[in-house]
Amino acid sequence: MLVATDLWKSYGAKAAVAGVSLTVGAGEIVGLLGPNGAGKSTTVAMLCGLAAPDRGTVAIGGDAVGGEASAAKRRIGLVTQEVAIFEALSARANLELFGALYGLEGPQLAERAMGALDLVGLSAQANAKPATFSGGMKRRLNIACALVHEPAVLLLDEPTVGVDPQSRNAIFDNLETLRAQGKALVYTTHYMEEAERLCDRVVIMDHGRVIASGDRESLRGLVPPANARRLELEGEIDDGLVQLLAARGLAVRRPGATLEDVFLHLTGRALRD
Amino acid sequence: MNALAALVRKDIVLYFGNRRALLVTLAAPILIAAFFGAVLGGAPRKPTRIPVAVVDLDGSTVSKSIVAAMKSDTAFELREMAEPEAVKLVREGQVRAAAVIPAGFGRAAPRALFGAAKPEIVIHYDPSQSTALPLVSGLLAQHVMTGVGRAVFTAQAGLPSFAELKREVEASPRLDDARKHDLVTIFDSVERLQARGGLRTGDDATGEAPGFALPFKTRTAEVAGRVDRRYNAYAHSFAGMGVQFVLFMGIEMGVGLLLMRRMDLWKRLRAAPVSRALLLGSRIASGTLIAVALVAAIYAAAILFFGVRIDGSVVGFAAVAIAFALLTSTFGLLIAALGRTPEATRGLAILATLLLVMLGGAWVPTFVFPDWLQSVTVWVPTRWAIDGLEAMTWRGQGLEAAWMPVAAMLAVSAVFAAIAVKRFAWEE
Repeated sequence: MLVATDLWKSYGAKAAVAGVSLTVGAGEIVGLLGPNGAGKSTTVAMLCGLAAPDRGTVAIGGDAVGGEASAAKRRIGLVTQEVAIFEALSARANLELFGALYGLEGPQLAERAMGALDLVGLSAQANAKPATFSGGMKRRLNIACALVHEPAVLLLDEPTVGVDPQSRNAIFDNLETLRAQGKALVYTTHYMEEAERLCDRVVIMDHGRVIASGDRESLRGLVPPANARRLELEGEIDDGLVQLLAARGLAVRRPGATLEDVFLHLTGRALRD
Repeated sequence: MNALAALVRKDIVLYFGNRRALLVTLAAPILIAAFFGAVLGGAPRKPTRIPVAVVDLDGSTVSKSIVAAMKSDTAFELREMAEPEAVKLVREGQVRAAAVIPAGFGRAAPRALFGAAKPEIVIHYDPSQSTALPLVSGLLAQHVMTGVGRAVFTAQAGLPSFAELKREVEASPRLDDARKHDLVTIFDSVERLQARGGLRTGDDATGEAPGFALPFKTRTAEVAGRVDRRYNAYAHSFAGMGVQFVLFMGIEMGVGLLLMRRMDLWKRLRAAPVSRALLLGSRIASGTLIAVALVAAIYAAAILFFGVRIDGSVVGFAAVAIAFALLTSTFGLLIAALGRTPEATRGLAILATLLLVMLGGAWVPTFVFPDWLQSVTVWVPTRWAIDGLEAMTWRGQGLEAAWMPVAAMLAVSAVFAAIAVKRFAWEE
């Protein structure tokens, strides 16, 4: 569905993205992970046509994402990192505005707007202004605004920042529904547990490049076993035993590395500001 | 609803949806224009009389006739008093000026007509109201000239006799014999005229004895838009304050775009399959429509409550208003293109706007500016806006007078738009 090939983008002398390739199929959620400054946002900007790549191509179903008003852009929905809605317009008016930008009008526009609100559980608040919404409701409306034109590809840039667990779960349910509908989703996040739960595949970026990609299992294999010796213990391991082993200079790692282990192993523990 | 209409509608709904801000946007220009209009003369009415004091230290027939003439002059609100009190009132700003007629004026002034030393009338004036000084001096000169001349030709009591004047002339070492002869001849002639009762004739309608007087009289006629209308100072203040506050709306439109950028809203709009021209064009269109609506509302208040009239071309007024609205809208876009953060941009834009409206004559009319500054302000677009609105209101000029302001504002709008499009940071 979404095919990005050898994307390059520089700002001045600095290469923000250097040779990134990515494919996302229908009904697939691909997680895009990376520390701050890894090039994720620039990649997303090129995927949805906000930034023109210096080199490389992006295509949706074979149509290039090119000029400002290209047909391929009609098939992309962007969920921005910030809540990008007009708080003084009603929820419905927000959706009708963004739908109109994608060529919808009349009864079809009204129907799609209500459909998107229904999907995110806000149909009862259709005429309310987002200024009165909770943070979670705003986040859901933010997603609905990207869905009103029923895009084939949805790009989500950290869509759950600052929401409570209930709203986060509701958002996950929405995204799983979209996956079931056959949409291709690119999910950018810093929350590893989100990627663990949602993503079929994960792409890890650093310094503008893809440094690893694959499903969760294949990525876990990238973490080397702890040190040269491996001691396998079965049964309950109490904290006293762990402390004893640690005192002897042995690192203790429980079986099945998490995605966070993989991430930190690949990108290091140094702070990225 | 196509994309352009949706974007324009969105901007208009958002702007007019903020009732509190809208109220301030409309109330502020109307209140300030009302203040400035009242200060600058208000609605048509009788000319204001200038409060002036006069001190008569002479008490002669001549000085009394001068004071009487000043009292009957409708330009003055005259109060006669002692000199210390008069100076005190000037200092307190209660009178604009105080004229002191010195002792001996009645005897000295007629002699001065024929070359003797001139008596001195002191005029104390309030330096903060110095524009009144030339008017007071001029009117005083008129009344003194009339009073002294009349006295000379009617031989009023207390004046020097011509026999006395002749003696002084004949004794003067500065005059040659021929000139002495000529002056004595004049004195003899005037003396004979006095003996016949002065210059009064049966045709003299006033019955007053005329003498030397200004050889003309004046009649003032206001040149406003229509002969049956008088100048309304509110017409100027509403033009000025309307321009200022509508430009403030332009700033808010520009800053609003910067805020949209910060909130990722601009990113979402750009992600849609719409062109750059459509996005920026919709912003110009909505800004123009909002500005036109604001100008219309401000002038509706001016017409309904302050007696302002569009005495000129209504079409011309609409053309000037639309051109100014477009100028406002492109000004907002320019702000969005050049600004970095909303906070810093708003401050700088307000400063720039205040300079523009000051130089454009929004606060005080440009005719009070020095010549060099008046030349400079020709390049300030707000001057064309204010001049255009005034031309179509109280000046009552026709459609042809609107074209130059409209052309100037459209040209500046085109420049603003071109710079904005060129400098606009399209990618974050």
